[in-house]
Amino acid sequence: MQELRELAAQLLRDGAVDVVVGWEDSPRGARPIFAVTPEDAGKLIFDTRCLHDLATYLNPRRKQVVDLGKLALVIKGCDAKAVAGLLREAQLTRDRVVLIGVRCGGVCEDSMAPAPVELTPETVAPRCHGCDNREPRLVDHLVGEPRPEPPAPLLSLDERVAALDGLTPEQRWEYWTAQFDKCVRCYACRQICPLCVCERCVADKSRPQWIETASHPRGNFSWNVTRALHLAGRCVGCGECERFCPAGIPLAVINRKLQQVVDERYDYRVADDPEVTTPIGDYRLDDQQEFIK
Amino acid sequence: MNDAHEPRITAFVCNWCTYTGADLAGTSRLHMASNVRIIRLPCTGRIDPLFVIKAFERGADGVIVSGCHPADCHYTAGNYHARRRFAVFHDLMDFMGVDQRRITFSWVSASEGAKWRDVVNEAVSKAREIGPFTAYRALNDHNVSADHFDWVDELAAAGGGTGCLGEDAAAKAAARPARTAAAAAEGGDA
Repeated sequence: MQELRELAAQLLRDGAVDVVVGWEDSPRGARPIFAVTPEDAGKLIFDTRCLHDLATYLNPRRKQVVDLGKLALVIKGCDAKAVAGLLREAQLTRDRVVLIGVRCGGVCEDSMAPAPVELTPETVAPRCHGCDNREPRLVDHLVGEPRPEPPAPLLSLDERVAALDGLTPEQRWEYWTAQFDKCVRCYACRQICPLCVCERCVADKSRPQWIETASHPRGNFSWNVTRALHLAGRCVGCGECERFCPAGIPLAVINRKLQQVVDERYDYRVADDPEVTTPIGDYRLDDQQEFIK
Repeated sequence: MNDAHEPRITAFVCNWCTYTGADLAGTSRLHMASNVRIIRLPCTGRIDPLFVIKAFERGADGVIVSGCHPADCHYTAGNYHARRRFAVFHDLMDFMGVDQRRITFSWVSASEGAKWRDVVNEAVSKAREIGPFTAYRALNDHNVSADHFDWVDELAAAGGGTGCLGEDAAAKAAARPARTAAAAAEGGDA
């Protein structure tokens, strides 16, 4: 932690960056901080409560962050994948940001806990299970001690997907329409997503209106399917959409399913390498087409 | 009404191959089911999965998406891009619980009038087999209601052990007290 604070203070003191974005401790647990002075940098922390995907601040839709000047961003492995996604899709230039990677041993699901949470199968975030990027590579600085692998959660995302896969289509339809019926169309899932980068979302377009805006099962289905599809092969699985969903829709399960699909079909796993192209938008002449007559 | 049900099928086809193939089927006077309404687009690459969703919203019982065979795309690679997009869409729709028989993907070239007839006939017979897409129309009527939540709760309760949705729900409820109250209220209403 000291290493992180000193590095951040140094970057600010040298004028290498205008602001360091990381996490701080607060009366309401860990939360993002925009440190602009070396003193602020002393507040930086990294522990198991730092589950926020700060890469979302690099999303070009957040013009107010762009206006802050040059950023240093503290990132975990999953956040690094999101940064790579933005670079890959030309939504960010590498010289706009200094990346401070932290070695991560998994995070919990409760950012508001008063103290760092010990990771157990009950507390660990399911998305941390099987993480392949606990030491981010897309970084300018890497800090922290190597941490042990997080414990397996009670129920992994893969197990949740498998449980749904095991149902009949009619049951799945009932499950998902009931879930989507809860949707209030606040678009929190979209707003928090580091990779929902469209300046004008198809859900906001009215001529023609492809997705009905009312919080009604028909438009809700259309919206949730579209959101998932637009992230297929891009979603880094940071789980922020599900965490922010006020209705508790299990969005991470859908995202995980699509991760499995692109893995099985195109041998593609999202990595923090901006040079690798995404599977959608790319193709191979011999792609599977067993579903096409 | 159901015994007189005539399925409505929407076909999204590319201008260069399938549309011409369908035209050939017509000029060749091939007999085929008349339930299909064709929407012509420049290329399969222009067919957004939202078109399919919209067709279902507007009452289609089945959808056909068809275009040029691989290597035949008028724009070189539109169908390759479409193939990936629709592979993902196909799997997602399956995950959402849409009967796979409702969506037909095919490659039909300009010379394959007979293949187009077969694709149409098969799509129509499958749509007849599974009947009208009442499940989607229920969304229109806002008919996704309390008893559906009952069912989800039952699944959660019946779960136990591993690989169920129940434990997850329980874990989440424990982690988020406020939401648990909301969930309980929902359950109570149901």
